[in-house]
Amino acid sequence: ISFPFQQRIEIHKLRQGDNLILGFSIGGGIDQDPTQNPFSEDKTDKGIYVTRVTEGGPAEVAGLQIGDKIMQVNGWDMTMVTHDQARKRLTKRNEEVVRLLVTRQSLQKAVQQSMMS
Amino acid sequence: MSTAMDTESTYSGYSHYSGHSKKAHRQGRDRHKSPRSKDGSRSEKSVTIQTPPAEPLLGNDASRAEEAQDDNWGETTTAITGTSEHSISQEDIARISKDLEDSVGLDCKRYLGLTVAAVLGLLVFLTPIAFILLPQILWRDDLEPCGTVCEGLFISVAFKLLILLIGTWALFFRQPKADLPRVFVFRALLLVLIFLFVFSYWLFYGVRILDSKDTNYQGIVQYAVSLVDALLFIHYLAIVLLELRQLQPMFTVKVVRSTDGESRYYSLGHLSIQRAALVVLENYYRDFTVYNPALLTASKSRAAKHMAGLKVYNVDGNNASGQSRAMIAAAARRRDSSHNELYYEEADHERRVRKRRARLVVAVEEAFTHIKRLQAEEQQKAPGEMMDPREAAQAIFPSMARALQKYLRTTRQQQYHSMESILQHLSFCITNNMTPKAFLERYLNPGPTLQYDRDRWFSKQWTLVSEEAVTSGLQDGIVFVLKCLDFSLVVNVKKIPFIKLSEEFIDPKSHKFVLRLQSETSV
Repeated sequence: ISFPFQQRIEIHKLRQGDNLILGFSIGGGIDQDPTQNPFSEDKTDKGIYVTRVTEGGPAEVAGLQIGDKIMQVNGWDMTMVTHDQARKRLTKRNEEVVRLLVTRQSLQKAVQQSMMS
Repeated sequence: MSTAMDTESTYSGYSHYSGHSKKAHRQGRDRHKSPRSKDGSRSEKSVTIQTPPAEPLLGNDASRAEEAQDDNWGETTTAITGTSEHSISQEDIARISKDLEDSVGLDCKRYLGLTVAAVLGLLVFLTPIAFILLPQILWRDDLEPCGTVCEGLFISVAFKLLILLIGTWALFFRQPKADLPRVFVFRALLLVLIFLFVFSYWLFYGVRILDSKDTNYQGIVQYAVSLVDALLFIHYLAIVLLELRQLQPMFTVKVVRSTDGESRYYSLGHLSIQRAALVVLENYYRDFTVYNPALLTASKSRAAKHMAGLKVYNVDGNNASGQSRAMIAAAARRRDSSHNELYYEEADHERRVRKRRARLVVAVEEAFTHIKRLQAEEQQKAPGEMMDPREAAQAIFPSMARALQKYLRTTRQQQYHSMESILQHLSFCITNNMTPKAFLERYLNPGPTLQYDRDRWFSKQWTLVSEEAVTSGLQDGIVFVLKCLDFSLVVNVKKIPFIKLSEEFIDPKSHKFVLRLQSETSV
């Protein structure tokens, strides 16, 4: 299923010491409790959501916002993964750039409004 | 039996007139009690013990002396204006019929029933024996000899009769505990059944055996045995109808007292209305707190104040119904501060009661410390000051008398406890090693009616008022009222709902749990 209201975001990882950081936090996963997710519209949605974005970090610079649902990372699907698998896919040591496909409720509403007007 | 039924119908016909006679009775009751003044306990310095037997401890209180003359009294003594000159009022008729019943009528009916049942029982018991003996007496020589078989049958008849006798004694030989207005239907049916049964057996015996002088003795004995068997089965029927059928609860009954709204729930099985009323009354004496007319004066005075507030003058002289409506509307509209009064009065009363209660508890505890129980060895050593419980009670009573009297007066219970009864209770508690709190339990809370003296009960004769026939069974939604002179118990019957119970099997291995995870990882 392809969601029409999607955005592609390219994040360049920042090197901090020995680690490459992206500057945001994720929550969710198929092994987590979806009812506690404050960002999802559908409380049975077990996808990966952005729960925090550090200020001035690479994610914020690239345009990632809090509450975004991450659909793909570098082509890998993120809608049916466990929390740990999601973390691993984002923090691969040999990748310096990650391309995310995200969807956002505000995006959805903006497109709907522009379609109606 | 038909005469018994006739007297009952007249009784129930007048039962709802008894309300008229009660006012006259009550006036008579109060006139006999003269107000007594209490002097000793009002002095501040000492308490004098007076020992008049069975006197209310605190004399009368003002509320009883001024039983307000009922303004409507004149209206209820209607005279039957007929054409005859010798007319008597309805009240007189009711009083006469009540006196008659009280003295003679009911006992007669009860004993009539008992004698009929006893005579029938004796007849029934002797019948098999008569069946066996009569051929032997009348035509012994013609009888066929019948050896072991007959002797075996004799033994079985003897034992079955013995069992029947013991069963009847266990089931039916009991003190009647109540007097019901109508005949107990199942009992009457059973007596009729037994009578018809035995009558038909005698008929058959008389025609076929006595007249024709049957010589087959074994057949006659077997006939007697069959009679005894059938009697045992009727006894079984009696157990099922009279005892077992009502045991399974089918109805829940709510009983509310009309004067103060105290209510209880009971479970009953299939009973007739009069037997259900009996069960309710038996439980009333145990479960409901005693009826205390002194507690009702507050609401009565409030009601009187509501009525006395407005005076209506009829200017035009007609339209009486409009006048009462206007009165109600005006009463609702005026600014009434009686709720304020009620609130503060109740809070005040509550505080006063608690204060007196605290003083009472302390006084009693202190009084109890003055006594010590002597053990057996010590009893020989100190022969000097030994007292029996009564003397010990009299010794410590003065120190708590005042506090107890004040508490009883505040809670308006002083009518129910005379000094003699308090002393008796105190010596009882001392004898049984009770603590002060156990002694006080009787005075701190009003108890059930059974706890008190019989003449304080206010509720000894009951009338059953019901729209359905009192021998019909209980049904859902029936309401009947049990009236006594001062108050009534309204009984509401509800059926226990049909319960649909289904089962669900849970495998004990199926109880599995996971943690509710909610991680947040920063990348």
